Amino acid sequence: MSISPANRYHTIRVTVNDQSYEREVEARLLLSDFLRHTLELTGTHVGCEHGVCGACTVLLDGQPARSCLTLAVQADGHEITTVEGLATGEQELSPLQQAFHAHHGLQCGYCTPGFLITASAYLQDNPNPTEEQVRAALSGNLCRCTGYQNIVAAVLDAARALRGESSPQEV
Amino acid sequence: MKPAPFDYFRPSSLEEAVALLQRYEGDAKPLAGGQSLIPLLNMRLARPSALVDLSGIPGLDEIKQDGQALLLGAMVRHRSVECSALVAERYPLLREAVGYVGHPAIRTRGTFGGSIAHADPSAELPAVAALVDASFRVIGPSGWRVVSWQDFFVTYLTNSLEPEEILVEARLPLPAQSMGSAFLEVAPRHGDFALVGAGALVGLDAAGRLSEARIVLTGIGGTPWRSSEIEAGLVGREPEARLYRETGASVAASIEPESDVHASADYRRDLAAALVERVLLAAVSRVPERGQGEGKL
Repeated sequence: MSISPANRYHTIRVTVNDQSYEREVEARLLLSDFLRHTLELTGTHVGCEHGVCGACTVLLDGQPARSCLTLAVQADGHEITTVEGLATGEQELSPLQQAFHAHHGLQCGYCTPGFLITASAYLQDNPNPTEEQVRAALSGNLCRCTGYQNIVAAVLDAARALRGESSPQEV
Repeated sequence: MKPAPFDYFRPSSLEEAVALLQRYEGDAKPLAGGQSLIPLLNMRLARPSALVDLSGIPGLDEIKQDGQALLLGAMVRHRSVECSALVAERYPLLREAVGYVGHPAIRTRGTFGGSIAHADPSAELPAVAALVDASFRVIGPSGWRVVSWQDFFVTYLTNSLEPEEILVEARLPLPAQSMGSAFLEVAPRHGDFALVGAGALVGLDAAGRLSEARIVLTGIGGTPWRSSEIEAGLVGREPEARLYRETGASVAASIEPESDVHASADYRRDLAAALVERVLLAAVSRVPERGQGEGKL
């Protein structure tokens, strides 16, 4: 990271969804705004900007993190995965995304990227959760539309699919 | 909203970090995990001229045992505490409490030192620190000093550090392995700020009576709350439901919680009484010789 005299501006290098970027940013630029405005990856949404709603959640070195509570300069040298990077290879939708679609786990879609990131990280470490565990794991993501029931069903169904027990069902 | 402009530094040594804080004459803030500081910046409740990011300083993120204490570097992420085999084996109290800190995404970034230094009145880790009589190593322009938890926590969101000082390490005395512990909090939703939280650490003598009992509360005042009088009164007592209920009641009578938009003072008092009862019950049931296994909270 190079530092300009006033230390207000910094050049950062980040990998986002397996692609490398080098950009000059203000120190105060939030990672959420860096992703959305500098990189034009608008899948990451901004709901509250103080860490409670979870819409801005991304993976930072594989772990969920609030991008609104991370400065872009803190991401220098790190790897970010956004919702745009969840489906890999030839997939159009990841199994989790497929399950959200099948179970009507979104309405307006504003919270959805945050839920997908949080759930995908959770299922990696917890492939066989109970419903109660899923609800606890998602408690940091707020949804104003769905009432959560279909979100939870989608995550449980995706867990089954990822365990190889089924494919995400059309409901 | 967005933060006001600031300078940003990522020094690679504590000496450099302290020098930077001095350069800004009290108007620079150390940046640890940012999970409490950055919301303040985003809402412009804080407008420091500079941030000094501590993440580039080696050696601040270690969890080690040092004799009869656990040493936690200020930059230890909550997630590391959750995943630490050493903590799981020797510090179940800490493991239980850290699970209540925010949500997984917060725990990825948030740090032990940051939580302590931020001194939120309903935070879990300051309460754990108080329960086990933790002390903190601090570095500043005048060098190193050690601060007891009583001297560290001043009031709501206020610690006793000078603006050019940095909390570097916490020393948490290890409870004897013959003790039982529990931590429990009530929040509107799992992961939200606690309305009230309680922790207990107990030991039993050969006759099965309490040899030691410590209780801490968070969320009912500006700093973690303990009462040496109530704790002393438990020594030698028979650990049973009536005692836990009485203790809950005397704790509730001793505290002066505030009313706010989240809970009234009366409700916090009721919660305190109930939580004290439950953590005492659970802690006693987890004393190894009791053989009753995990007390359900």
